[in-house]
Amino acid sequence: MNRRTSCLVAIGFMLFCSRTWAELVVEITKGQADAIPIAIVPFSSPEAAAASFDVAKLVSDDLARSGRFRATDRKDMIEQPHTGAAISFDDWRRLNNDYIVVGQIQPLGQDRYNITFELYNVLNRQRLLGYQISANKPGLRLASHQVADMVFEKILGIRGAFATRIAYISVLGSLPHKDYRLIVADADGENPRVVMQSNEPLMSPAWSPDGQNLAYVSFENRLPSVYVQFLKTGERRRVSAQAGVNQAPAWSPDGKKLALTLSTRDGNLDIYVLDLATQALTRITDDPGIDTEPQWSKDGQSLYFTSDRAGGPQIYRVGTQSGDKPRRLTFQGSYNARPRLSPDESQLSFVTQEDGGYRIATMDLRGRGDVQVLTKGHFDVSPSYAPNGAEIIYASRDRGRGVLALVSADGRVQERLVSSEGELQEPAWAPF
Amino acid sequence: MKRIVAIALLMAGAALLSGCPKKHNVIEQPNAGSQVSGNQGDEGASTSSRGLAGDAGTQGNGMGGDATGPLGRKVIYFDFDKSEIKPEFADLVAAHARNLTGHPNFRMKLEGNTDERGTREYNIGLGERRAQAVRRALMLQGVAESQLNTVSFGAERPAAEGDDETAWAKNRRVELVYGP
Repeated sequence: MNRRTSCLVAIGFMLFCSRTWAELVVEITKGQADAIPIAIVPFSSPEAAAASFDVAKLVSDDLARSGRFRATDRKDMIEQPHTGAAISFDDWRRLNNDYIVVGQIQPLGQDRYNITFELYNVLNRQRLLGYQISANKPGLRLASHQVADMVFEKILGIRGAFATRIAYISVLGSLPHKDYRLIVADADGENPRVVMQSNEPLMSPAWSPDGQNLAYVSFENRLPSVYVQFLKTGERRRVSAQAGVNQAPAWSPDGKKLALTLSTRDGNLDIYVLDLATQALTRITDDPGIDTEPQWSKDGQSLYFTSDRAGGPQIYRVGTQSGDKPRRLTFQGSYNARPRLSPDESQLSFVTQEDGGYRIATMDLRGRGDVQVLTKGHFDVSPSYAPNGAEIIYASRDRGRGVLALVSADGRVQERLVSSEGELQEPAWAPF
Repeated sequence: MKRIVAIALLMAGAALLSGCPKKHNVIEQPNAGSQVSGNQGDEGASTSSRGLAGDAGTQGNGMGGDATGPLGRKVIYFDFDKSEIKPEFADLVAAHARNLTGHPNFRMKLEGNTDERGTREYNIGLGERRAQAVRRALMLQGVAESQLNTVSFGAERPAAEGDDETAWAKNRRVELVYGP
């Protein structure tokens, strides 16, 4: 009883904290030279003060953050039309805009709003999009990300991922009293919420395919266990607490199983598959080396994983049917680990060692297996693909602090997400 | 001296009993209801059967202040990417092996750790490998398998902060923790 009371008090405290949690700021560290110029005109809102929300700014920040767009500065807008009919295309063309977005917010009463927007091609005056989204006040942020998603997809032909979420671990405090938090935030780092807090390590958050649950490792009681937490209610279930290691959860594509790393009594780490409904365990690998960091293929028929069976860590693939022999995929360099598969399975992202530093690399899975090292840091780890495959979020260090960073899957655009406090680790991008 | 140790043990026990449970809380999303669950499986509240050995508490966080003998040393350090126990730690291992074989009711947890370099989950594997190296060394000197447990924290529980070899050397370690 006592224990429950003190926990509830702590939870109340955390809820308070989560509101004052420092937000992330995005810095674009390497842009794309051929970014597309676009003007997002401030949306008219008759009751702007009531909404007090700048849709156009958020859309413009999203598009600029992708590195693929250059948003025209408001100071350079000589007029601010709110409908297609009011656009003087020649003027916008003279300002070198290829595209323009105009729109309005209309209050519907009872704290609901309609966002109406149109996207035009400035050069041929063609209307490319015209949509209306309704939202309540807290939903305006999400609605604005959806506007950005639609514009992004219409122009580039790639589904936007601005209206998605990320999870990550934040570590606060100094030794020996560390405070580990599992945080879920919008993809731009805004709206962070603490979903789990502990004074023992939290690790390896993994999104269920439906985006409703997070699996993670928690060392509460100073032993590792794998939990699955339902985000809507905070309810969670301990799904693996075997003797020894319980690590690296990865959801099967149908959301019914978890691949895990477990150990035998003498400490041999291998990959297992846990059926969440029946608790049945199937051993996938059996090798005296360290086998860990599993990741499923989309068809659920194979697992990519790290193994040091040949000396240093390298990436392998093995079928989930029993008796399949793992096949080694990486051969360049002495350290290649923690594979993540791009959503279209055209490439693998992983951590490689280069010039003494740990960096994010990709390997082409369709052609000749070309490897490209995308980052230049010394401690770049934990890559995770955006659900549209356009970007990879990863953990890096900046002046001795753990930060999150983004790199486009082709390496052309790089950004850093800066938080004013905490060591940020292990970002995991949620599915659509 | 015996008396002092006994008092210290009593105090440690009292602290354990009265101390707040460790915080690990599930926090629901602010706009959701307030159902909370979790915190299962914490049997750590019972302290009466805790066998303490040597002259320090149960949390082996480095060298205890005035403890200079091999039994007082409870951390074994490793070279980069290595899990071999260096000769300088032979005394320490032998002393703890004698202590454990002499007290078959004593239990020890071996906590393996790595420095921050590399991927987090692979480091869990390396930390486990180090803990297992110490476990094997103790068993070779007669310690019963049932007295020993291992856990790997990988790079998650550093002993020292910093992105340099000075910190890394302190973090590549196995901590010997007497406990239940």
